[in-house]
Amino acid sequence: HTVSPSLQGNAHRIHFLENFKVVLEMQDPATGVKLQPQRLVITTIPHAITGEDIVAWLADRFQIDAQEARSFGSMLVALGYIYPIQDHKRLVVKPDASLYRFQTPYFWPTQQWPVEDTDYAIYLAKRNIRKKGILELHEQEQYNRLHKWMNHKWDFIVMQAKEQYRAAKERKKPDRVVFDCQERAYWVVHRPPMIFTQQSIMRPRVKSSVSIGALVKYCATYKGHDPFLSKCLPSNPWLTDDVTYWALNMPNVEIPTKMRVERWTFSFGELLSDPRGRDDFRLFLKKEFSGENLAFWEGCEDLKWGTAATMKEKAEQIYKTFLARGAPRWINIDGKTMEITVKGLKHPHRYVLDAAQTHIYMLMKKDSYGRYLKSPVFKETMKKAVCPEEHKFSDSQLEQNARNRRPSLSPIIIRQQEQEQKAKMAASAPVDITQVMSKLSKQDFQINTYRHIFDIFGNACFKI
Amino acid sequence: MACQGLQKGETLESLKRESETLKKKLEEERNKLNDVELHQVAEKVEVLSALSIKTRRVLKGHGNKVLCMDWCKDKRRMVSSSQDGKVIVWDAFTLNKEHGVPLPCTWVLACAYAPLRSLCLIMNGYLGLDNKCSVIPLSLDKNENLAAKKKSVAMHTNYVSGCSFTNSDMQLLTSSGDGTCALWDVESGQLLQSFHGHTADVLSLDLAPSETGNTFVSGGCDMKANVWDMRSGQNIQSFESHESDINCVKYYPSGDAFASASDDATCRFYDLRADREVAVYQKDSIIFGASTCDFSLSGRLLFAGYNDYTINVWDVLKGTRATILFGHENRVSRVRVSPDGTALGSASWDSTLRVSWSFSTGSNYIFRFIKLLFWVNSRLVLEFTVAF
Repeated sequence: HTVSPSLQGNAHRIHFLENFKVVLEMQDPATGVKLQPQRLVITTIPHAITGEDIVAWLADRFQIDAQEARSFGSMLVALGYIYPIQDHKRLVVKPDASLYRFQTPYFWPTQQWPVEDTDYAIYLAKRNIRKKGILELHEQEQYNRLHKWMNHKWDFIVMQAKEQYRAAKERKKPDRVVFDCQERAYWVVHRPPMIFTQQSIMRPRVKSSVSIGALVKYCATYKGHDPFLSKCLPSNPWLTDDVTYWALNMPNVEIPTKMRVERWTFSFGELLSDPRGRDDFRLFLKKEFSGENLAFWEGCEDLKWGTAATMKEKAEQIYKTFLARGAPRWINIDGKTMEITVKGLKHPHRYVLDAAQTHIYMLMKKDSYGRYLKSPVFKETMKKAVCPEEHKFSDSQLEQNARNRRPSLSPIIIRQQEQEQKAKMAASAPVDITQVMSKLSKQDFQINTYRHIFDIFGNACFKI
Repeated sequence: MACQGLQKGETLESLKRESETLKKKLEEERNKLNDVELHQVAEKVEVLSALSIKTRRVLKGHGNKVLCMDWCKDKRRMVSSSQDGKVIVWDAFTLNKEHGVPLPCTWVLACAYAPLRSLCLIMNGYLGLDNKCSVIPLSLDKNENLAAKKKSVAMHTNYVSGCSFTNSDMQLLTSSGDGTCALWDVESGQLLQSFHGHTADVLSLDLAPSETGNTFVSGGCDMKANVWDMRSGQNIQSFESHESDINCVKYYPSGDAFASASDDATCRFYDLRADREVAVYQKDSIIFGASTCDFSLSGRLLFAGYNDYTINVWDVLKGTRATILFGHENRVSRVRVSPDGTALGSASWDSTLRVSWSFSTGSNYIFRFIKLLFWVNSRLVLEFTVAF
């Protein structure tokens, strides 16, 4: 790899030592991060700090902005100097009232204890004694593995675990709670849930003949569409310097090519991922009065891949529009899925609608998609689809094409136009989206073919 | 909490033995459903007709090694980043440079174009002191100082080796020398999910094609390729068959398989549903590491860039080499097929980027030329095609 490994190592080690000094400063009773008590039903645990205080202290101490302070804080958590009390598995600093505590120096990474499996086995056995069934799946796996592996000294391990459990019971409750948290935090850093070979062994698999067969079939299906293996119609723009192929295949063109429409028949995923295909499908669903399914699916995608800031709002909007009783575009999902979804929406996260989205996707795939392919909408689109003649340029024509290469409309402008159109449509009555979007494609095509306005040479002279 | 009365050697030995036994058991389980090999099924597939792929565009403008490139969704623009500290956005079709972003430090290890085309991502991996990943919004104003609009999004505890936008401009996936991958919210810079499991630097990652969504694959210096669930952060599958660092991983277009390129001079093909490696692409004459790979649109061809300055094109199903591309004058650092599959972009340490495409499908010009030569002198034809 290009970067010198030893240099990387040194920089990393320097960071380590610096971190430990910072953490000491943070704990200074006078100038460090403000401590507060954590309330646990009737007990109060002292010495907790909030995420926002951590971020503020770091920002002030190093004169950096809030975002950098948060990254730095998260690094301290990832390394194990500070641990989250509430969301103990996510090793990050949340800039809010979430509580954290300083890890006891005993457990600091700089101590460089060899992290022994025996210690981990004792820890898991101890937790098992305290409450059966408390171990999580990955911990359960680890416990079983260690039990098999260390069978010869398992009596010793159980004895140690019982001793530690008994000693812990003699401590005062607040101290006990703190120590349990510290210990748990230590193991989250040093034994993160990873796939274990045993889990992999149990994994469901498919017969090679089936899966390889599918891979081979995919190649065969798409061969005619692969420009490295088959002709592009009318011609590959790179080959002939003629951009008709790109113009005919713009994302929202009114009349698609026959090849493109053929691809929609390969799978439901192909149809949905092509904006023109999706528009056609949307038109079909409108005629069947089941457009809400697609709208819901699109809302879920928007939630999953969108900005974190707008997530809660989007989730609420989707609930109001599609899931609530009497909702304007109510979608039909089974009772169990609805129950899980509504429950999840109380604490929304980006994957909260996953179950409902999968249900609706499968519904569209198994039912609507098949009907779409037999529908008049699709047949009409297929009929109108163009099949351009193959270009047959002479040598001089090819040379002329090369001389006439023109820049295209900047993707930034295209995106602005698309957004303006979408805003207009949202404001006005429901419109046939294919008509609207195709106007944009036509404009771009015209600008490409009848180029007078753009100053080509201005672009070419751009200096860095 | 130190252990008592145990020999350290004893623990390590039994650890190793147990680990080996478990790995053997995993291989046994995988082989139980192995009822056919890829090359056997591929025997029934027709042979590819002779491929003729040529490099006809050379993009010059970087002053030093080009380390990374990515295509824009408009199928003709691309972004490239170089050791000279510059990131350039090109219209590869006309060879125009549209934007140039000079950055204060070198080692811009990777770059990516956002799907909605308004943002371009750059990454700074600068000797361990600036382990960040930044996003730059592109605009039409050519005089705008883009470097000033740089917004830091991701931060790792070691260099950032790879990055990719997810299905939108608003989330970013990064891989790092600190052994982890992470998912970030671009606007707030918040860490959404981290992925732990590699035991050494992670060098590359690739997102599953949108229909199969929600997963991604990563490859690293621990010679492992891991598949992850983006929602839970869990490592779902792991493959350990390479003999050296995995430099690049790329999904097969259907999402049910992926390929990897490694310093051990091989590329390998893994079937995710059968949960095993199904092909190794290697040749005795290829002794230099493969640094990058990508599939053609149908998945039939695998383009792989090597440290011996060449790009080998593999027939994915038959396991043979279909053709080889020459032209770069130093290591090939990145190859990427354009979004509509019409061309192959390649970046190299020779400070250029090249665009190649197929000449064997429908060019009347070339066929006429070759026919003419054939009638003149058959020996001349042989020399002619080799010189190509």
